[in-house]
Amino acid sequence: MFRHGGTMQLNSAASEVDAENEPSALVRWVSDWGDLVVEAIITLGDMAIFAARTAAWLIVWPRRGTLLPNFYQVGVLSLPVVALTGTFIGMVLALQSFNQFRDIGLENKMGAVINWSLVRELGPVLAATMLAGRVGSAMAAVLGTMRVTEQIDALISMGANPIHYLVVPRFLACILLIPALTIMADFMGIVGGYFFSVVMLEIDHYQYLNNSREYVGGFDLFIGIFKSFFFGGTIAIVSCYRGFHCQAGAEGVGRAATAAFVYSFVLILALDLALNIFLNGVHDALWPQSKNKLF
Amino acid sequence: MASVEEQVVLMVDSATQVDQVFATSTDNAVPIVELRAMTLRFGRQTILNEIQLAIPHGQTIAIIGESGCGKTMLLKSIVGLVAPTSGEVWYDGRDINTLSDKEMTQLRRKFGFVFQNAALFDSMTIGQNVAFPIVQHRLERGRNVHRMVLDRLAEVGLPDSVLPKRPAQLSGGMRKRVGLARALILQPEILLYDEPTTGLDPIMSDVINELILRTRQRNPVTSIVVTHDMKSARKIADRVIMLYPFARLAPGENQILYDGPPEELDAWPDRRVRQFVEGEAGERLMELRGKSYDGFEETPNLVDQYPEKRHG
Repeated sequence: MFRHGGTMQLNSAASEVDAENEPSALVRWVSDWGDLVVEAIITLGDMAIFAARTAAWLIVWPRRGTLLPNFYQVGVLSLPVVALTGTFIGMVLALQSFNQFRDIGLENKMGAVINWSLVRELGPVLAATMLAGRVGSAMAAVLGTMRVTEQIDALISMGANPIHYLVVPRFLACILLIPALTIMADFMGIVGGYFFSVVMLEIDHYQYLNNSREYVGGFDLFIGIFKSFFFGGTIAIVSCYRGFHCQAGAEGVGRAATAAFVYSFVLILALDLALNIFLNGVHDALWPQSKNKLF
Repeated sequence: MASVEEQVVLMVDSATQVDQVFATSTDNAVPIVELRAMTLRFGRQTILNEIQLAIPHGQTIAIIGESGCGKTMLLKSIVGLVAPTSGEVWYDGRDINTLSDKEMTQLRRKFGFVFQNAALFDSMTIGQNVAFPIVQHRLERGRNVHRMVLDRLAEVGLPDSVLPKRPAQLSGGMRKRVGLARALILQPEILLYDEPTTGLDPIMSDVINELILRTRQRNPVTSIVVTHDMKSARKIADRVIMLYPFARLAPGENQILYDGPPEELDAWPDRRVRQFVEGEAGERLMELRGKSYDGFEETPNLVDQYPEKRHG
């Protein structure tokens, strides 16, 4: 008992010293924010190194056995959901814009607005969002589980490079197949918008198509597809990185899957803005006299 | 099916052969693996501190120690899965941390790693799992791969019928045996086992121990076995190393508390070694009791309350 009593006295003396040395609330606040910023910078740098290592391994083409299942997972299995969401977005766009356009007597121009928005923005962003949700989270969860159950360590111990074996096939599947998914989202959105406008809202068929043809050009389609490459690459890198750096346990895997989607989505939107500014500049430089304006 | 007497004779023969193999291997004192002042830190936490260890060809070493003392990290640093913060890891006269990626890949073909939970690839069948190292290094093709897989599975006592199954369809013991078959397929020079008997029933644990012994008997491999299981350590190892958590050492104390044959463990003067070997909580129980004074009511000493449960 004496020894325990001694421990108690020591503990209380130590806690008094701790209380005197305790930092103020302001110092703690600055320190917490500092930690967050440092952590964010480290993660960003780490992710850049991860992306660079993936790029370096692209020169060694992966085996069919690792590539085809990823192509199937990313391309074939994502097609129905991308097509379905594309159709609904086209229809919703028609529904929402109809009242405003009718009030100013421009309902015949709806085809231009709907199709222009779809091929430049909604098609690529929607396809990328669906891919991030459906495939990105799954990638992070699979790789995270492999990390937690030491399967990635097993790969390394058997002389396989995990970046080449696990990341490169997923990266290639995302970057090569997202343009196809974007085209599918564009096409189904256009069909959905046309159907709702012409059949349900009774917009003139000729005016709808003619306005679309007049205002939506090849460059608009190119912009959407060009952006989708960047979105696909971002989804693959972010998701694989989160999976590779997964924390232990079921909670860690769940967190990695959620983080993969959230970070991918935010980066897709940020990239969308940056690429639009850049591509608009390119467009204006190439066709300064262009009248590719709706109104 | 051999009778019990025949099995006993076979086991005695096998033990004698193992002794013979070991007698020749220990003569060769050149270390195949050497850790030179190896330190491993994660952030501010020191896991391994200034570890000095030389493992000669053909020896079977059991690394024991309580959870969190760095046994698995030591094993992973030998195969280059974890890079030491300072110090060196030498394999066959080469510092592995100075090797290029290509050289490291070549070197890893000489290692066989049996992971704690087997670490089989979920997406592959058992056959594909076992064949993975051969296919990855493009060493054989077609029927030869199939034959090698069947040979390795037979070596660990698994039937051909497991080939098309997925890892999730097998029991824990079978998965560990598949993990061992996969580790053996490249005929490695050194086998690393991470807690091979953890989570298995006593019978299956003994089967795994026998497999480790048989593997050594058939191939002149060096084996490093991380284990908590003293029965297993005594049975398979000719040298035992006990690690102690760095955080609980006195300043300047060596993290390796014991390095010697298993027979001398019980009589070792260090109380911490004897406590671990006998499985007694000892001072860890005092720590639990001490904690109760930091704000909780005192934890009763259950051994005092139930003297009839006290051993001996």
